[in-house]
Amino acid sequence: MSQSNETIRKTLIVAILLSLVFSIVVSTAAVSLRPAQERNEALNLRSNMLAAAGLLSPGAGEEEIQSLFDQFEVMLVEMGTGQIVGPEAVGVENLEDYDQNRARRNPDLSRALDNDPAGINRLVNYARAYVLRDGDSIERVVVPVYGYGLWSTMYGFLALEGDANTVAGLGFYEHAETPGLGGEIDNPRWIAQWPGKKIYDEDGNFQEPKIRLIQGGVSSDADDIEHKVDGLSGATLTARGVERTINFWLGERAFAPFLEKVRAGEI
Amino acid sequence: MAEMKAKNVFFDPIFNNNPIALQILGICSALAVTTSLTVSLVMCAAVIAVMCASNVSVSLIRNHVPSNIRIIVQMTIIASLVIVVDEFLKAFAYDISRQLSVFVGLIITNCIILGRAEGFAMQQGPWLSFWDGLGNGIGYSIVLIFVATFREFFGAGALMGIQILPLASEGGWYVPNGLMLLPPSAFFLIGFFIWALRVWKPDQIEENEYEMSPHRVREAF
Repeated sequence: MSQSNETIRKTLIVAILLSLVFSIVVSTAAVSLRPAQERNEALNLRSNMLAAAGLLSPGAGEEEIQSLFDQFEVMLVEMGTGQIVGPEAVGVENLEDYDQNRARRNPDLSRALDNDPAGINRLVNYARAYVLRDGDSIERVVVPVYGYGLWSTMYGFLALEGDANTVAGLGFYEHAETPGLGGEIDNPRWIAQWPGKKIYDEDGNFQEPKIRLIQGGVSSDADDIEHKVDGLSGATLTARGVERTINFWLGERAFAPFLEKVRAGEI
Repeated sequence: MAEMKAKNVFFDPIFNNNPIALQILGICSALAVTTSLTVSLVMCAAVIAVMCASNVSVSLIRNHVPSNIRIIVQMTIIASLVIVVDEFLKAFAYDISRQLSVFVGLIITNCIILGRAEGFAMQQGPWLSFWDGLGNGIGYSIVLIFVATFREFFGAGALMGIQILPLASEGGWYVPNGLMLLPPSAFFLIGFFIWALRVWKPDQIEENEYEMSPHRVREAF
């Protein structure tokens, strides 16, 4: 028995059969569990969006997340012009099917950036924005932001109040910055500094975001304190990445024209 | 070795021949995933599932595996099972699978699993191999749960995420022991576990590999 196992023929047969059987097992598991995984990922994204908007209570269940999310209006915004477009602009029937991360690599749906402060290489032509209304007035505007820190692309959501200028909250849900240093962008105490900060100048320059992350902390008598956030000591490059990411995404090439419309009440 | 009973095969690895405490295998995951009890429990369940299934699969085909490719055959089986477990976790325990991150994938390199496949399942039938896998999995889990209970309790004042000791930073009195959240504390705790186990079962104490010569004082003058 054991002698006949050692032939080349038997070795090949065993190797091929084994690979075949286990590739079927693995692909069956992957395919059949795909819908449940996608649902989890979508739910995770939604709960992160709600957390950035400051609306998520800890330990919220799936139904609560869903019902909160359903109060938001999801819009597709053209970058740089602020036009609201329908889902057909990105070639899908339902806006939920638009994969913004994949669109970044698609030359039809994105363009290369020459001047690229956020380190994202390509900017999508259309990005989602989430708007929460209270009657006629707008309560929250949440926009996705992402950009390069020290090691990784940081993905997050930035939520603004109805004036499209005051920060309501910020949260990064995916990054690989150094734990304990750059990773502190997850720290609730650091995130808690963001609400109340102003993105743009009071004098009405709504094209150029003014957020600065300051090394060594922000003293209470600093100038322009409404634009300044503590820059995470020991994480200069991550902090610079966060600063540039936010200023890019709220700048004229991305969401600034859309926010202008929000302020003008055209949305 | 001639006649093995399923009962012995199952119970031996739990305390008499514990894979972590006696064989000192699989330490790395015991350091990495034991900062919280919930995460450790899920990791234990994943390891038990992979170990039982890999032992049975290896045992079923043991008479047909050419010896020159046997390790790669075992690795293929283990790796496939780990991917399946990872997919299940992503589908049904998404938050915990995010916390476990790469460590589920690293079950593939857990020496206990390959050790049992090569050392036991290649010689024994599927029935005994299943019990061996279950026993070793539970032996591994006991150490992980022991370590995780201490680390989460003293490191965060909580168990299974439920706050038990009120933290000083939130107005309570307990100042958490930061060392407990760092990997070295798992080394100390596993050391204490092995110490306690060997006090209970002295036959596990290894003989000294060398003996110190008695201290001598030479009179100078």
